[in-house]
Amino acid sequence: MSVFNAIDEERDIDVNEFTPSLEPQATWCPGCGDFGVLKALKQAMPEVGRTPDETLLVTGIGCSGKLSSYFQSYGFHSIHGRSLPVARAAKLANPDLEVIAAGGDGDGYGIGGNHFMHTARENHDMTYIVFDNEIFGLTKGQTSPTSPKGHKSKTQPHGSAKSPIRPLSLALTSGASYVARTAAVNPNQAKEILAEAMAHDGFAHVDFLTQCPTWNKDAKQYVPYIDVQDSDDYDFDVRDRREAAEAMHEAEDALYEGKVLTGRFYIDDERPSYQQEKQATGDMPETPLAERYFDDDYEWERSYDLLDRHK
Amino acid sequence: MTDDELIWRIAGGSGDGIDSTSQNFAKALMRSGLNVFTHRHYPSRIRGGHTYVEIRAADEEVKSRGDNYNFLLALGDSFARNPQEEAYYGNEEIKPLTENLDELREGGVIIYDSGLLDTDEIPDFDERVEANNWHVFDLDLRGLAKEYGREIMRNTAGIGATCAIIGLDLDVVEELMTNAMPEKILEPNLEILRESYEDVKENYDTDVGVTVPDSEHEEEPVLISGSHGIAYGAMDEGCRFIAGYPMTPWTDVFTIMTQHLPDLGGISEQVEDEIAAAALAIGASHAGAKAMSGSSGGGFALMSEPLGLAEITETPLVLVESMRAGPSTGMPTKPEQGDLEHVLYTSQGDSNRVVFAPGDARESYVQTRKAFELAYNYQIPSIILYDQKLSGGHETVPESVFDKEPNPDIGSVVTEEDIEEGERLAGRFKRYRYDGEDGVSPRSLPGQKGGNYLASGNEHNEAGHISEDPDNRVTQMDRRMSKLDAIRDELDEMDKSHQTVYGDEDADYAILNFGSTKGAVEEAVDMLNDDGHSVKAMNVSDMLPFPKGEVNSFLEDVDEALVVEMNATAQFRRHIQGETGRHGDKLYSLLKYDGNPFEPTDIVDGFEARLDGSAEPAHNTRIESATGD
Repeated sequence: MSVFNAIDEERDIDVNEFTPSLEPQATWCPGCGDFGVLKALKQAMPEVGRTPDETLLVTGIGCSGKLSSYFQSYGFHSIHGRSLPVARAAKLANPDLEVIAAGGDGDGYGIGGNHFMHTARENHDMTYIVFDNEIFGLTKGQTSPTSPKGHKSKTQPHGSAKSPIRPLSLALTSGASYVARTAAVNPNQAKEILAEAMAHDGFAHVDFLTQCPTWNKDAKQYVPYIDVQDSDDYDFDVRDRREAAEAMHEAEDALYEGKVLTGRFYIDDERPSYQQEKQATGDMPETPLAERYFDDDYEWERSYDLLDRHK
Repeated sequence: MTDDELIWRIAGGSGDGIDSTSQNFAKALMRSGLNVFTHRHYPSRIRGGHTYVEIRAADEEVKSRGDNYNFLLALGDSFARNPQEEAYYGNEEIKPLTENLDELREGGVIIYDSGLLDTDEIPDFDERVEANNWHVFDLDLRGLAKEYGREIMRNTAGIGATCAIIGLDLDVVEELMTNAMPEKILEPNLEILRESYEDVKENYDTDVGVTVPDSEHEEEPVLISGSHGIAYGAMDEGCRFIAGYPMTPWTDVFTIMTQHLPDLGGISEQVEDEIAAAALAIGASHAGAKAMSGSSGGGFALMSEPLGLAEITETPLVLVESMRAGPSTGMPTKPEQGDLEHVLYTSQGDSNRVVFAPGDARESYVQTRKAFELAYNYQIPSIILYDQKLSGGHETVPESVFDKEPNPDIGSVVTEEDIEEGERLAGRFKRYRYDGEDGVSPRSLPGQKGGNYLASGNEHNEAGHISEDPDNRVTQMDRRMSKLDAIRDELDEMDKSHQTVYGDEDADYAILNFGSTKGAVEEAVDMLNDDGHSVKAMNVSDMLPFPKGEVNSFLEDVDEALVVEMNATAQFRRHIQGETGRHGDKLYSLLKYDGNPFEPTDIVDGFEARLDGSAEPAHNTRIESATGD
């Protein structure tokens, strides 16, 4: 019998299960887009069919990092930019878990940029939500990797000379097999995309536009948005890498011109996940590693058998 | 200088197969009943450059590389294709000879490959040979190898010649070659071996006074490095997840584990950087696997952030730190003990960890097992600190050292029944509750029913929620910090201390050291006591928690103590004084940080220089006076 009984459970799941019974007072500012992520994530969970006990949410640092405080599941509030390496190893050790990583644009595209590139490249089966509000919030309003060129802040008083990161394109070229953008102001689409991302068998990157009413004064910057799937003007095949790349370029250029394009940009459901690739090369056990420690019948192989080669 | 031991040095260029050849030869000596200790010296280059491996073999236990050596096999540096007189690294072609002559003992043997090396290029060669009574064998090893197809096989020719001179039966070598070599190259190698052996037997006077002593092992030995000790210790403890980034010399542990983990049902991940590596180990451990990571100086520096994360989230984590000479990139392939303080104190805040510094391959195995046990039982980071010398040097260890009981016990984890009975806070399992015992709060694993909680790198309350409440802060800090006291008690109560005391307990004078200097210090103690001194030594392995009681009583009645360590700033001495709060006027230092490990005579000279001025400190060592309390 497994020690991880929650994982074997099959039942209807209620959205309220993901709300702590005594809800901690969220420390996000009134009007913060982060509330939109929390709500969309909770609502997506029943559709994915995973319980709080079989879900591991790994977050970074900053306002986005607090998501794991307000979302009832196993949580790991890690360090700035490092949610992905923690999350992907947890998934490797126990692939039966639903693993979600989350962080902000500074966290995910700045300090954690290297991990983002490599986790996408390896196509770990997990969902990565990046709260993208184009600003460092919790440290009080510094220019972030997604802030527009010319952005003025205490750390860029003369206006930023840097072009912003292009998160969708970066995810695609790095190798993510699912790339989408949604916005807190679009709760229905956000919920659908998160549910889809979690169901996706591979690395699903969701660039989640969240307004910061405190440090990015234009709190309504992401309204109106355009859903690229609902608009005839944006007809491209999300399963075609080149067409997807083109659409992403357009979306990334348009964002700073006041036009917010959201929706699914790339879906590759053919590509095996990292775990599958690794199993195919014989580098990964079929049964979850984490379970083995509780399996009384498991025969532990002994490394001193290896000593023969040293005689 | 004794003749009851062989110290055989094979010198050449990196990429010449020096390492694999010497491994086989070391095994052959071990199979002939001898105790073996190897030392690897190599430059930070892929090909070319002067490199050597030394194998010391004797009937008695060998604990260090010894002083100097008595048998040189000088192969050509085949990768110095464009020798230039004015080249920055000098003329590399003749380095296998020129770089090695200084340390060759009187009466020693030289085999050199006359197919590649020309002694005419060494101005004083003949004079030195005569003055030192060296026995020189100029053999065209390359020529012989070429006859059979490949120049690289001149290694084998050198082994054949060596066996003829030292009187080692070829059978053992042939058997090892048969096991180690693919069929295609085996036959020519065997023929080269025999032909070279016969040639020397027939055409040269092999009665040169350097032979292998007769011996037999009391117990079946194995030849392993400190890195093998660590890797096998980890695997026996049920470690089935490793994440790392290549860096010399830590790479040894990483590659050994990676080679075997998939076959043992485990997972190895080579990742983008060391921050990721340590974070992966944390993620896997959090999810319920026994996991480790590691690095060397610069890579370990990157791990300081995840190290603190493991501590505050109380995720069991085992890290390996294989020291090399620093600061920064320093000397990547040279040993030093300069990262002691780095490992003790790295990471922000008041941090708490277990640090073991094994002194030899046997201790590497034993202490790695203990490090895992403590990390998982106490949910605390454990670090195995060792160095480049112990990483790559091989020694004979009785097979019986390897414990026959694997231990996959994952430590303090709750059952789902415990969870059901346990208290909850805001709907979450009280994973960080205070139970007042040994500071350990049993953890639940993701996937366990009802056990969800938040593991937070922020200060948190019992359910893991971020909390800046002053009282909660003090309670949680005190609980976490109290683990080290519990661990200290556990270590004190163990049957066998990790510290090794060597020499007469009542000696007047003491030597203190840690890690890989163990063997050289013990041999020095024997030499000093044979010379009429009264000296004992303690090799300290427990760096944290520090064995204050043991060290205090060891130092209690001695007049003075010499702290021997491979760094420039006496870090270990500072640590002893800091932990014991005493002995400031008693502790002198003998320091070496030139990239070479201590040899026994370095320590003997240092001791005599300090004690009565009858000797000078050895070249590149330094004595530092006591600082007072």
